[in-house]
Amino acid sequence: MAETTHGADHAVESAPGMPQLDFSTFPNQIFWLLVTLVVLYFILNRVALPRIASVLADRQGAIQRDLDSAEQMKRQALEAEEAYNKALADARAQAQDIVGEAKAEIQKDLDKAIVKADAEIAAKAAESEKAIKEIRDSSAKSIQEVANATAADIVKAMMPGSGDAKTIKAAVAARLKG
Amino acid sequence: MAEAESSTGFNIHPMDQFQIKPLFGAGEIHWYTPTNVTLWMLIAVVVATVLLVLGTRGRAVIPSRSQSIAEMMYGFVYKMVEDVTGKEGLKYFPYIFTLFIFILLANFLGLIPGSFTTTSHIAVTAVLALGVFLGVTILGFVKNGTKFLGLFWVSSAPLALRPVLAVIEIISYFVRPVSHSIRLAGNVMAGHAVIKVFAGFAGALGVFSIFPIISITAVYGLEVLVAAIQAYVFTILTCVYLNDALHPSH
Repeated sequence: MAETTHGADHAVESAPGMPQLDFSTFPNQIFWLLVTLVVLYFILNRVALPRIASVLADRQGAIQRDLDSAEQMKRQALEAEEAYNKALADARAQAQDIVGEAKAEIQKDLDKAIVKADAEIAAKAAESEKAIKEIRDSSAKSIQEVANATAADIVKAMMPGSGDAKTIKAAVAARLKG
Repeated sequence: MAEAESSTGFNIHPMDQFQIKPLFGAGEIHWYTPTNVTLWMLIAVVVATVLLVLGTRGRAVIPSRSQSIAEMMYGFVYKMVEDVTGKEGLKYFPYIFTLFIFILLANFLGLIPGSFTTTSHIAVTAVLALGVFLGVTILGFVKNGTKFLGLFWVSSAPLALRPVLAVIEIISYFVRPVSHSIRLAGNVMAGHAVIKVFAGFAGALGVFSIFPIISITAVYGLEVLVAAIQAYVFTILTCVYLNDALHPSH
């Protein structure tokens, strides 16, 4: 406590009371405060605030633009996907058509070939039949000739002088027919 | 300005830091004399210019640090004005922003050891508060005419009570600039004086001066908070008063 009084002694050297209540300094403070406020107001209102406001507006605009372009790109992507799907479907349909056409053509060729082959086969078969018939006819004639000769020989040997070649031939022909 | 004290015994002059002195030589302080008030107000203007003008010169869409700070301050005050006073109040945003920046910077600059705190003086805060008071009152009458007096006539109260309430409202209205200014100066001055008192103890206690030093550190932390909060309080009260002027009906 002794020290505090000591401190109070020293306080005499400094200004008494609160400097805040020293009215002689008020005009000075008020003058400089007003100067400061006016200067600060002009600096802020003319330069700083418009600049910050424009930066904030620009940023808002940039964000909006980015969002818009993202939206547009998304739409484009969807459109592209749709177009791709459509192209795919078209290609499938076209492929189906081509396959069908090819099948029909092949069928037509096949049919034509079959008809041609059938005709050829039929012609060959007729030819063969004709040849077989010729062979058969010639063989039948030969058999008759051999039979006639053999019969004439047998008749001559068994009953010489009887029967003539004409009768024997007719008998053989009748026999072969039977 | 804080002076180097002689270290013998207690030399606690907590109020000396608030003294106003001429910058050049000694002598009488006229209204135009450049003083430490001039110096620290000039420093506040320079800091504001560096922060808000040089800091934003990049105008970058992706802001630098200083530009970020400037934008945050702008956004903070802008939103405050918009929330409290509505769209009509945004016209007065530059004035309110100027007040906010000046008080905030003066408070923070005052926390630099050895500096001078302009907002610790009633003369300064009273001019700030009276400016708001007069501006808002004149604006209220210009915008609303005699309807502005409806601010004092509480139409939602019973008729018999209204004259009584009107007296109370009028008194509270005229007390506004007083509380508005003394709240700011008082808070700032008290904190600075307390730090100075603790500093005086620290000089005399030898080894035990660790305790006042810890206290100073704690109070300093508190003062940083107070510096920002008082700037905020002054600004939001300005917005509230402005809102009364723009929408006087209860």
